[in-house]
Amino acid sequence: MDPEAAKLIAAGIAVGFGAIGPGIGEGIIAGRALAAIGRNPEASNKIMPFMFATMAIAESTGIYALVIALLILFVF
Amino acid sequence: MEISLSPEILFTIGSFPVTNSFFWSVILSLFLIGLTLLVRTRMKKIPGVLQNIVEMFLEGAYGFVQSVIGSEKKAKKVFPLVFTMFIFTLFANLATYIPGQAAVDIKTAGGVIPLFRAVMADYSLVFMMTIISVLTTQIIAIIVHGPFGYIGKFINLGGIKDLFKEILKGKFKPALLAQGFLDLFLGIMDVIGELAKVISLSFRLFGNMFAGEVLSAVMLFLFPFFAPLPFMFLGLLTAVVQAFVFSVLTLIFITMASEIEEDKLAEEATI
Repeated sequence: MDPEAAKLIAAGIAVGFGAIGPGIGEGIIAGRALAAIGRNPEASNKIMPFMFATMAIAESTGIYALVIALLILFVF
Repeated sequence: MEISLSPEILFTIGSFPVTNSFFWSVILSLFLIGLTLLVRTRMKKIPGVLQNIVEMFLEGAYGFVQSVIGSEKKAKKVFPLVFTMFIFTLFANLATYIPGQAAVDIKTAGGVIPLFRAVMADYSLVFMMTIISVLTTQIIAIIVHGPFGYIGKFINLGGIKDLFKEILKGKFKPALLAQGFLDLFLGIMDVIGELAKVISLSFRLFGNMFAGEVLSAVMLFLFPFFAPLPFMFLGLLTAVVQAFVFSVLTLIFITMASEIEEDKLAEEATI
């Protein structure tokens, strides 16, 4: 295979698979946060910031995948 | 269509290259400093519109910082750093949505290049902000736990010490052996965790902004005007959320570093 084509495929696979985990994780976090707000709507101001912060942490692996993809595309 | 990771060089002062993202970050900083001075010099007892907005914003942010970190004393110390990071990142991200800025190109020695580049899509700036955040966290941890306590968190010999105490008494417990080496291993893993903070924190902001730029460029290329709209809206949301997330994560790291571990406090309380 042409190395350039292999690079493109590799970058696509890296981001594609790396996005699965964060997707599931963020879905769970958002679902639980919304359930909590539904249970106690007055606490939404306290829940929302932590929801975003934990989502950002769940996103980490996705970001690592993106870093790898960018490295494959632009550096190697 | 050209996508480049590094910003374009506008001109050089001596050997110092001035890139378009650097140019914009300076403009943004001047704007924010100007705004601050304007509000500061025109402080009134009965606030005007601008002072009202700024006060509301500041009070909300301060209340949030205090609710996260727990004490007023700590909040006063950490608020300037965290809020500056937030406000600068927010304005840098939102500046991408000033209409018409993407169309301005200028001619330089290196060809025609855009005058504007999203500030946070330049890795060097985001990296420096992350380094500031992580170094502050480490320094606070050293101040709170003391230099030996800080090193002891990473090289945890407590479990092995217990094991040798038991051996000196003439008893050998395999559970303590496992526990000791597990503690040591987890301590060393914490070092990797601290180093990974630099990568994850910086690439979270940079990756989101850079990906947003690339995505809207690609969509504009595929089907102009209408296809990019939902992505622009998503980008607007990301711009605010990522600015918030970056500063809140910094705040949470600092809070975690400034706290003495609850286990120890609980132990002391029960004893």
